Amino acid sequence: MAIIQQIIFLAVLGTVGGLVFKRASLIRNTILLGRDEDRTDQPGLRFATMARIAFGQKKMFDRPLIGVMHFVVYAGFLLINMEVLEIVLDGILGQHRLFAPFLGSFYTFLIGFFEFLAVGVLITCSIFLLRRAVVKVERLQPSRHREMNGWPELDGKIILLFEIVLMVAILTMNAADTVLQEMGSTHYTPTGNFAFSQFLKPLFAGWNETSLIIYERFAWWFHILGIFTFAVYVTYSKHLHIALAFLNTYFSRLTPKGEMNNMPDITKEVKIMLGLTTPDATTGAENAIPERFGARDVPDLSWKNLMDAYSCTECGRCTSACPANLTGKNLSPRKIMMDTRDRLEDIGRIMQANDGKFVDDGKNLMGDYISNEEILACTTCNACVQECPILINPLDIILQLRRYKVMDEAQAPGSWNAMFQNLDTNQAPWKFSPGDRFNWADNLKNGS
Amino acid sequence: MSEITYKVPTMAEMAANNETPEVLFWVGCAGSFDDRYKKVTVAFVKILNKAGVKFAVLGTEESCTGDPARRAGNEFTFQMLAMSNIQVLDMYGVKKIVTACPHCFNTLKNEYPELGGNYDVLHHSEYLQQLINEGRVRIEGGETFKGRKITFHDSCYLGRANGIYEAPRHVLEALDADLVEMKRCKTKGLCCGAGGGQMFKEPEPGKKDINIERIEEAIETGATTIAVACPFCMVMMTDGVKNKEKEDTVKVFDLAELIAQAEGL
Repeated sequence: MAIIQQIIFLAVLGTVGGLVFKRASLIRNTILLGRDEDRTDQPGLRFATMARIAFGQKKMFDRPLIGVMHFVVYAGFLLINMEVLEIVLDGILGQHRLFAPFLGSFYTFLIGFFEFLAVGVLITCSIFLLRRAVVKVERLQPSRHREMNGWPELDGKIILLFEIVLMVAILTMNAADTVLQEMGSTHYTPTGNFAFSQFLKPLFAGWNETSLIIYERFAWWFHILGIFTFAVYVTYSKHLHIALAFLNTYFSRLTPKGEMNNMPDITKEVKIMLGLTTPDATTGAENAIPERFGARDVPDLSWKNLMDAYSCTECGRCTSACPANLTGKNLSPRKIMMDTRDRLEDIGRIMQANDGKFVDDGKNLMGDYISNEEILACTTCNACVQECPILINPLDIILQLRRYKVMDEAQAPGSWNAMFQNLDTNQAPWKFSPGDRFNWADNLKNGS
Repeated sequence: MSEITYKVPTMAEMAANNETPEVLFWVGCAGSFDDRYKKVTVAFVKILNKAGVKFAVLGTEESCTGDPARRAGNEFTFQMLAMSNIQVLDMYGVKKIVTACPHCFNTLKNEYPELGGNYDVLHHSEYLQQLINEGRVRIEGGETFKGRKITFHDSCYLGRANGIYEAPRHVLEALDADLVEMKRCKTKGLCCGAGGGQMFKEPEPGKKDINIERIEEAIETGATTIAVACPFCMVMMTDGVKNKEKEDTVKVFDLAELIAQAEGL
């Protein structure tokens, strides 16, 4: 019996490992479709940023109560996973509570501590679920935000339910285990009562040994299979932020938020036009006009924009701070991130069906996923960038899409074209003569 | 105060006299052409004169920094303007620039270096704070602000874009006024609605204009003066006040205007 369990366990572990690896590779490959951008400078500062923002969750504490609750789930996830290590080893080796004999009473304390976290996660996830379903926190409601319709809304609830069920499994498993220990059941290493599960023992009052073993084994398998399922599920879910938040903050922008990325190809052109340099005939490649200005589809964006998209957990803090969204415009920075990820997932499916190669499907991020009206509504105020707890930058994507619309497709609104024309001819966005630029000083200089 | 004569030297005049100014005052397009913002330019020049700052302007040699073009996606126009501005600035050997426009400030400070233009750039809120700290600007001789309720509207390109939240508030504190904050301020400050090229087009379809949302919040504070530090915010807030028919009770002023009023300039 035990050996069969071990074989099944190993088979499941191998399958899950394979599935997660396959998904991770696909995600990596689609991120690498993006344009090159160097984000490896200042490793010290980058590491410190990651430690502060991802590990320390600094920005989550902007809303202290939510920050604390999120921290409970996060710490619970990280620390309870230490117990998963034991569970996995038990599963492979056909042991039970492998670490207990080595750690003695400290083991009981440790499991008690994990139970404390598990209860914290259970309560917090229940509150989070209530916030979504009963309190109806505005930024999470599909009725108010169209991008939350369907899967995103369901995804959010599934994850919370998942965690609640897993915590119930672990707590009842421990309770059944300690009841079995008291019965002197052979396989169950004595550890004594655990901090919380001892209060669940009355649930099992009157159960015989066989039923208890069946329940304990069921809860054990349910818990570990649940975790394995979760590991695969996460790669398809918004919940991917649990892994990518760390990379995403490490590679985040270190420059002031107001700075827009330069377009060196245009600098070359402009220098030639102004006679500052002459075109070099010998290196034709360097002077070539790029095939596209700005971004039409995800491969035109930088790889970091694409990592941002996979890291987004759809919390909507960006959208709830966006002045355009607040006043009823079509723009939602969260939707920009979700559309970018949707496009990447679609491309990933195309790549899978074509031996890893991207075959053009006639669609583009700009136009088929994101509309011109959305990107035109942005005031570039950086509120979305400021709000993101893991330093995602929706504005950077919006501005690259604008560059494509305006420069490549020459589709700027008429009044912008008029502004450009004024800038080109009078060096001011309004129709004033450059010769009048200093007239404001006339009265002053005349001594009044 | 009519006995004071104000000087507005240009870089060309300075260069002709072999002089170098302490700082170049970058006036910007709104400061040069917009009737309302020209008053801010004048107020700032008066403050500089009184403080004895050796400054100069570019006059007709100044062009738009290119910010509205770049934000609207037109990189060509931006870079053409930026490059020619850098040529002019470098020709005069400009080292230090002060400007009353956060958009000019952001572009000159953060975006010109990559195109070869490296200057020490200050927003006038920072510069005024320095002048006050150094005792070169003294708040005396003019209107008193004691007990007047002032709220400061953060501009995005000063605040979130460049992390400048305290300098404008320090300047206002020097007025000894009653500084009140809006619900959304500093990092959470709500945009006036004009950035990113919106100043130059109609807003996209929606339920409300952004400046109305913002002005409601400003009026809610009970402030009688809304202090701004940006020409676009000035337009949007002023329009908002008009929309709410509060022109008689709520005034919108730039930091420099308030300081000039307090100095009796």
